[in-house]
Amino acid sequence: MSTVRRLWIAIGILALLSPLGVIVPKWLGAGGAWGEWGTDEIRTIMGYVPAGMKRLADRWKAPLPDYALPGQSSGLLGESLGYVLAGVIGIAFTAGAMYILTKLLTRKDRTDRSDRT
Amino acid sequence: MHIPDGYLGPATYGTMYAVTLPFWAAASWKLNRTLKAKQAPFLAIGAAFSFVIMMFNIPIIGGTTGHATGATLIAVLIGPWAALIAVSVALIIQAILFGDGGITAIGANCFNMAVAGVFAGYGVYRVVAGAAGVQSARRWLGAAVGAYVSLNLSALLTAVQLGIQPLLEHTPDGQPLYSPFPLSIAVPAVALEHLFLFGFVEAAVTALVIRYFQKNDPEMLG
Repeated sequence: MSTVRRLWIAIGILALLSPLGVIVPKWLGAGGAWGEWGTDEIRTIMGYVPAGMKRLADRWKAPLPDYALPGQSSGLLGESLGYVLAGVIGIAFTAGAMYILTKLLTRKDRTDRSDRT
Repeated sequence: MHIPDGYLGPATYGTMYAVTLPFWAAASWKLNRTLKAKQAPFLAIGAAFSFVIMMFNIPIIGGTTGHATGATLIAVLIGPWAALIAVSVALIIQAILFGDGGITAIGANCFNMAVAGVFAGYGVYRVVAGAAGVQSARRWLGAAVGAYVSLNLSALLTAVQLGIQPLLEHTPDGQPLYSPFPLSIAVPAVALEHLFLFGFVEAAVTALVIRYFQKNDPEMLG
């Protein structure tokens, strides 16, 4: 099997295992990352939301916030499935964007010349 | 470590865009001259790896979570300039599609994790590995130490950018406009959890993958 194929299988396995990255923290009672709280949580912590933060925080509406799919069923299975699918979508966009960027950055004439020497 | 929108004031996020842009330009210039078309699949996999490894939130019991970035591992495998772009692409997709990290903070987050993370990790790796052969323990050890240093530097930079907000951006009566936590809270909170836990996870992941390539696919480390 080619190295590229084996590495893609490894990425796929990581995507399938990724719900562990949500389930295990929940079991151990861990919250989100420090300093990544939403405005509601900031209000709980500080008692107010700083004015500039309020203005900027929700200006961008991400299509899949928090790696969850719209309409995914609640509960462990639904949330895990949503996380995996969000991961697959993210991997596809990331790898696709990187592949296109790389292709744009590789000038064919230059490559051919260096391959021949 | 993904700074959301609203935590950095315009002076900071603008500066961080201005600081990061030349690195993106330099990386593009460099790759334009050195990259071969057949490397494209490996760069795509590198970016995908960075994306997916950041989905594994590592918990501190009853506390917060953190994650590895893969910056050093990717730099060792595909080179620092390609890794800078790969980790940046992962961070930009995370911000746009998933709201993980802010749009205004893309410059800052890419500088912290992609630019500083990659060059610190790769620099340490090169110093430790030296001219050691592909199978040498110095290769995976160097990568592991580099990964530890890399993640901790990314974390420290993040904490400092958050911690200076109350000093830089406040109302005339002193109320913070953006991230309200001072350096004395932000730096210990973010730095300690990376020094004692997340940094070791980054190092272990990096060492294990390098060991795998040493045994099964040494050409990847050529």
